[in-house]
Amino acid sequence: MIADALTVAWKELREFSIRQRGLGRGLLGTLMIPLVLGIFLPWQEGQRWVSTSPFPLVFSVWMPLLFVSSVIADSFADERERHTLETLLASRLSEGGILFGKLAAAVGYAWGMTLFSLLLGLVTVNLIHGRGELLLYPAEMAGSMVLLSLLGAGLMGGIGVLVSLRSPTVRQAQQVMYVVSMALLFGVVYAFRALPLAWREALLQPLLAAGVERVVLAAAAALLLLDGGLLAAAMARFRRARLILD
Amino acid sequence: MTMTAIRMENLRRDFGAVRAVDGLTLEVPAGTVFGFLGPNGAGKTTTIRLLLGLLEPTAGQATVLGFDTRTQAAEIRERTGALLEHAGLYEQLSAEENLEFYGRAWRLSAVERQGRVREVLTEMGLWERRKERVGNWSRGMRQKLALARAQLHRPALLLLDEPTAGLDVMAAVAVRDDLAALASRQGSTIFLTTHNMAEAERLCQQVAVIRAGKLLAVGTPDALRAHAGGPRVEIIGRGFSETALSRLRAQPVVAAAEVQNDHLTIDLRAESDTAPLVSLLVGAGVQVEEVRRGKASLEEVFLTLMEEEK
Repeated sequence: MIADALTVAWKELREFSIRQRGLGRGLLGTLMIPLVLGIFLPWQEGQRWVSTSPFPLVFSVWMPLLFVSSVIADSFADERERHTLETLLASRLSEGGILFGKLAAAVGYAWGMTLFSLLLGLVTVNLIHGRGELLLYPAEMAGSMVLLSLLGAGLMGGIGVLVSLRSPTVRQAQQVMYVVSMALLFGVVYAFRALPLAWREALLQPLLAAGVERVVLAAAAALLLLDGGLLAAAMARFRRARLILD
Repeated sequence: MTMTAIRMENLRRDFGAVRAVDGLTLEVPAGTVFGFLGPNGAGKTTTIRLLLGLLEPTAGQATVLGFDTRTQAAEIRERTGALLEHAGLYEQLSAEENLEFYGRAWRLSAVERQGRVREVLTEMGLWERRKERVGNWSRGMRQKLALARAQLHRPALLLLDEPTAGLDVMAAVAVRDDLAALASRQGSTIFLTTHNMAEAERLCQQVAVIRAGKLLAVGTPDALRAHAGGPRVEIIGRGFSETALSRLRAQPVVAAAEVQNDHLTIDLRAESDTAPLVSLLVGAGVQVEEVRRGKASLEEVFLTLMEEEK
């Protein structure tokens, strides 16, 4: 199944790169977010970028959501719309191979872009604000960013695959994904801000008391559970006979 | 390999109240080109989907290359190549990349993949254009590429669903030539659905005719022609008067005689010498230019079967 997944991922990544070029945005378009978050913000933040700034950690969760949602809607809806799905299903590729290949390509792309942006931020801070000393992310922070960005990408990937499997057209899948990403990116923040002050304090108190490490671990555990649940749902939904009839 | 490539036994598939495939029982010998003929909506595509294990039968069973379609579909797909209703090509990728992907999917080694891609593209006359995006190609070229993809891994069985449907005359002829070459070159079995009788006549050693999911007839094209009518004589000439035709129709061996645009078609009750019939016509004042023995076309067989079923 791993070989099958790698084959499908190879095709998906090839199509991602061609699609990016086809949109006329070129390499600059693809790199716009990493450039802003990897150069502009670290430049503004200075040495705080690798110590007290909340941005790297926040972006490590936020960026993969954005990157995955930009490509995952196409995964099955595009194959259906372009009439390539039936031929793909008639091949010897296993169901798991096709599903994991598509997911791995989207998650790998998003995770790679996120890590690239964080590394770029580190380079920027060192070049502009280094003053002769090597600035690095603290080990716990680096570990948290790597872990959370992967799990965040997995979360959006799982949602995206389910949406794409159910959508008759790419447009519909993209619309649903847009709503989901907005809800995930901003809904949580606005919902929190809408709570009465006493409730917010009651919610924040235990988090502050627990410390960042525990909060990150709890968030990672929650994301892992969600990722697993979504993957199981996608595997249950991905059946050749069902997709042929959809 | 088994001597029977495909075996269907009372195969049935319902979609709600609609019965798409209705108790098909059929055997396709290995190594033959088998035509599966039927009008649109006859159940041809559903049958191919059932054979590939993409759909489960409602009742009955089928084996492909000795594997059960219900329980061993993965083994079947491993050994078959398919060109389905749509070409199924990735239009943003080049021809070479499309084949590269499916070569990887069938786990051909890098060296083998490279060799096969070159071989099938050369055979189809597409090698020089391998780097071009498939999206910019004509429908005929895409269909050729899809045919190349289907045979890339040298499958024991090729399932082709209306490979020339929707193509213009030139493109259809080109794809038909490729299929003929493929059939003569490869020892594999080809199961071809079509509603084009000329295509079936040219390519198939055996044909089955279905309508509304039911099997109407199966056999070699000659056997089916025999079912549709006896031997036939065609005479081209001038002066086919009513007197001449009456005398001709009075002959015990003549079943029917029809004239259309200086072209007389005589259906015979049995094989017999044509010389007395020609003499009779000449004696009645007909100027004969050409005489040839004929037989019913597969199209006529098809229409006869459809009429009988009604």
